[in-house]
Amino acid sequence: MSSAPMPVAVNTFREAVRDRVLYNLVFFALLMIGAAILVGQISIGIERLVIINLGLSAISIFGLVMAIFIGVGLVSKEIEKRTLYSLLARPVRRWEFLVGKYAGLVLTLAVNTAFMTLGLGLALYYVGRPYVAADALILVAVYFILLELALVTALALFFSCFSSPMLSTLFTLGIYITGLFASDIREFGELMKNPGLKIAMRVLYYIVPNFHNFNAIGAAAHGEAIPFSVVAQNTLYAALYVALLLIGASAVFSNRNLK
Amino acid sequence: MSNPAIEIAGLTKDYPVGFWRKRMRRSLDNLTLQVEEGEVFGFLGPNGAGKTTTLKLLTGLIFPTSGTARVRGRSIDDVAMHREIGYLPEQPYFYDYLTARELLDYYARFSNFSDAERKERVSRFLELVGLASAADLQLRKYSKGMLQRAGIAQAILHDPKVVFLDEPMSGLDPIGRRDVRDIILDLKKQGKTVFFSTHILSDAEMLCDRVAVLAGGKLQGVGAPGEIVSLEVHAMDILFELRAGRTLPAGLAESVTRIGGRFHMEVPEAQLYAALDELRDCDARILSVSPVRPTLEDYFLRLVNNERPVSHGVEVTAR
Repeated sequence: MSSAPMPVAVNTFREAVRDRVLYNLVFFALLMIGAAILVGQISIGIERLVIINLGLSAISIFGLVMAIFIGVGLVSKEIEKRTLYSLLARPVRRWEFLVGKYAGLVLTLAVNTAFMTLGLGLALYYVGRPYVAADALILVAVYFILLELALVTALALFFSCFSSPMLSTLFTLGIYITGLFASDIREFGELMKNPGLKIAMRVLYYIVPNFHNFNAIGAAAHGEAIPFSVVAQNTLYAALYVALLLIGASAVFSNRNLK
Repeated sequence: MSNPAIEIAGLTKDYPVGFWRKRMRRSLDNLTLQVEEGEVFGFLGPNGAGKTTTLKLLTGLIFPTSGTARVRGRSIDDVAMHREIGYLPEQPYFYDYLTARELLDYYARFSNFSDAERKERVSRFLELVGLASAADLQLRKYSKGMLQRAGIAQAILHDPKVVFLDEPMSGLDPIGRRDVRDIILDLKKQGKTVFFSTHILSDAEMLCDRVAVLAGGKLQGVGAPGEIVSLEVHAMDILFELRAGRTLPAGLAESVTRIGGRFHMEVPEAQLYAALDELRDCDARILSVSPVRPTLEDYFLRLVNNERPVSHGVEVTAR
């Protein structure tokens, strides 16, 4: 394996940090502090449920916004600003550049998510209860959010290899929303009488990543156990989709003229 | 004779245009040329001539519609070819959140230098391009000229054998241009091959062993700069002053233009000595005599109009 993606990844992370992308953590911290104080005042007995739900949802939404909006610019911005030219004149293959950019953004998202998780932990502590074993489920839910973000980033990167940032955003958001309702699409297809539409819905179900699988916020909030098999399955599922998307992105980008 | 540093054979690039992208516009048409090892080779041509297209093809940023090219024997498709080259894009723009030191360090990481060697090189090349004092300033605070210098540094940092420079003098002040000329001459001394595009005739004349002239995507000629762009001297320009109380001879009055206290006259080359004799007779003080040659703009204009320039006694490889 070439070492070329590594400096690209580090540089992408550095760009996010220097462009003050991680400032969103301040908003998250404020949100958590505010929520913790408010919940402490108004809810009796369900502080944990509210804080975990609110915290994990915010982690997911903040992460999604970053993954989509930075992800669609990963390649297009480099082309538009022509920063890519002097890099690709080096012994760097285009797929190495893509993998580096992808890894850099996933690293940024992971750091962002880690800090937000810490904030959630502190908010939970503030509402005045000791940690319990079930709180470990929060980490599983956060891990699923990270898998989801990794997949969304790969989607955004894939689209940004051949379309404008605006279209890439629409495509990525469209697939994400469709993916949230993947199971419903399948069931909807089964109800259809037209065999063509039935097949189309089934194909859509299999093509679109099932983002609903990555939602463990409710389980974490209610302390419901998440079997290891689900963790392994989700990990493999996300890894496979990411790999396919990166291969597709590389195939498209490797033949693209950088005018 | 050694192998050529750059061999280009029938390189052609078409771009699809229009909404349905069915029509094709030819940016480069069947370019064939060779650049020898150690040569400083200038690539001249007006805007839209195909210079940047050629450089992008050679550096693998775009792909040829037809034709091939090799750099030091390696095909331009071969990623290993990129170890041999350095490239300064036209009007370079770099990651503006980085400092120049970080930028060079970033590029150096693709060349397998040890940590110590990388740091040493970065400092050395910052010094070489005159950016040592601004090394730790973010590039967003750099002027165009400073960015150009940073771009040149990244292009030669890894000791490439062939250096492609797209308009390297663009945006530089006279001192900057002189520095870049010195860098190019220094690269030549080190035995590197330098392939650069330029609009500036004097730079090409001063630096290049050979130049190629491109217009409308087609190669118009290859040869030594004097052969290609100096062209015929079709007039001589005389600048002179008259001493107090002296007047211009009647025969010259019509062809003379007064600029402040000085006079300026353009005469056909064959009539130079006769004109000088007349000026001596009226005790004029000759300040300068210089040949009038077509400007590069004139030359380009002729090319664009498909009017081939005539070169006297010079072998020009025309395509």
